[in-house]
Amino acid sequence: MKRTTLDLWVGIFVVAGLAALAVLALKVGNLSTYNVSETYQLQAHFSNIGGLKPQASIKSSGVLVGRVAQISLDPERYEAKVTMTIDKRYQFPKDTFANILTSGLLGEQYIGLIPGGDEAFLKAGDEIKKTQSAVVLEDLISRFLYSKAEDSKQVDKQPN
Amino acid sequence: MTIVENLRFLGHRIVNAVWRIGYASRFFMLILFYSGTSFRRFHLTVKELFSSGVMSLIIILVAGTFVGMVLGLQGYETLKRYGSESALGSLVALSLVRELGPVLAALLFASRAGSAMTAEIGLMKATEQISAMEMMAINPIARVVAPRFWAGVISMPLLSALFSAMGVFGGYVVGVVLIGVDQGSFWSQMQAGVDFQHDIVNGMIKSFVFGVAVTAIALFEGYDAPPTAEGVSGATTRTVVESSLTILFLDFILTAFMFQGE
Repeated sequence: MKRTTLDLWVGIFVVAGLAALAVLALKVGNLSTYNVSETYQLQAHFSNIGGLKPQASIKSSGVLVGRVAQISLDPERYEAKVTMTIDKRYQFPKDTFANILTSGLLGEQYIGLIPGGDEAFLKAGDEIKKTQSAVVLEDLISRFLYSKAEDSKQVDKQPN
Repeated sequence: MTIVENLRFLGHRIVNAVWRIGYASRFFMLILFYSGTSFRRFHLTVKELFSSGVMSLIIILVAGTFVGMVLGLQGYETLKRYGSESALGSLVALSLVRELGPVLAALLFASRAGSAMTAEIGLMKATEQISAMEMMAINPIARVVAPRFWAGVISMPLLSALFSAMGVFGGYVVGVVLIGVDQGSFWSQMQAGVDFQHDIVNGMIKSFVFGVAVTAIALFEGYDAPPTAEGVSGATTRTVVESSLTILFLDFILTAFMFQGE
């Protein structure tokens, strides 16, 4: 079998196609930010996770340290059980505080970790005990309106 | 009397359509059954990769660039109203990788390469080359049809990746170079918005499915074409119409499965 210029063109085509795929994966997609380093898992219970989704980011001081692996409802406690995958390079103290935060006013929700002062570190499979649920905008607004109504009632009563 | 005739005509059309579907399915199974030959004698497939893949490169690259440029312009005009021009990168990349790349590349491939396949095989049949092969105990499906099928299936995802990459480049040229969206936020928003498995791999699966559908339809129409000049031209038209509709229909089905529950 002879090598022909046709083979060269087909080779160029296949290489260009694969290169385009690589560009899409690395430059356009997030494959370059996938941490290939080892990870460990932590758990946390939240009474309300709001709009948190699997694959949401986990940040500490704004730095990406892991991703949400799984979200399920704990049938015994009736609370959301969130499994987190954390980069093994980052260790957190036992009394770390897990917060569900929102990036921007209407942005995506993520978990913020605030390290405590404990000297023992969380091990794989441990649970973060101190958590704070997501701030649901509707709750905030209704609480605000309710307190406003209370205020105006008091104002009404004062002249008497 | 005319009612009976109309009924008869309608019934004939339906029975014929079902007959054709059955014949097409058997044809498709035969392609898969005889595709071993097209891998053992791979130079046959390489030759078809040249005529369907390499020859479609120009139209795919040019079309991809322009589609990306239009996305950049239109996306900027709309996003500007909400003060979120920085999301332009993720808008351009997501719409290309998920939808426009696979679908438009497949539509272009159907009209550029699919119609050529139909015409070629239809003419082979009309000039009795197919019958001549059978006379020489060469299986025409293994020798002629299967290599074209695999060439189409291989080149479709590659072409769609090239289309998307060129589109992102076009969007970059319009958005960042011409309009002046911040370069850093353009790329970082893009990387934050596009997930490799969820978006890019699903887009590739789409274009693979489209490749199978387009080449199978084109080859069947060619193989089934009446051996006349009129028959071949009709078959070529049917290839473009049927494969375009099939692409759009399959795209809806695949999108419903892949991106539901968001």
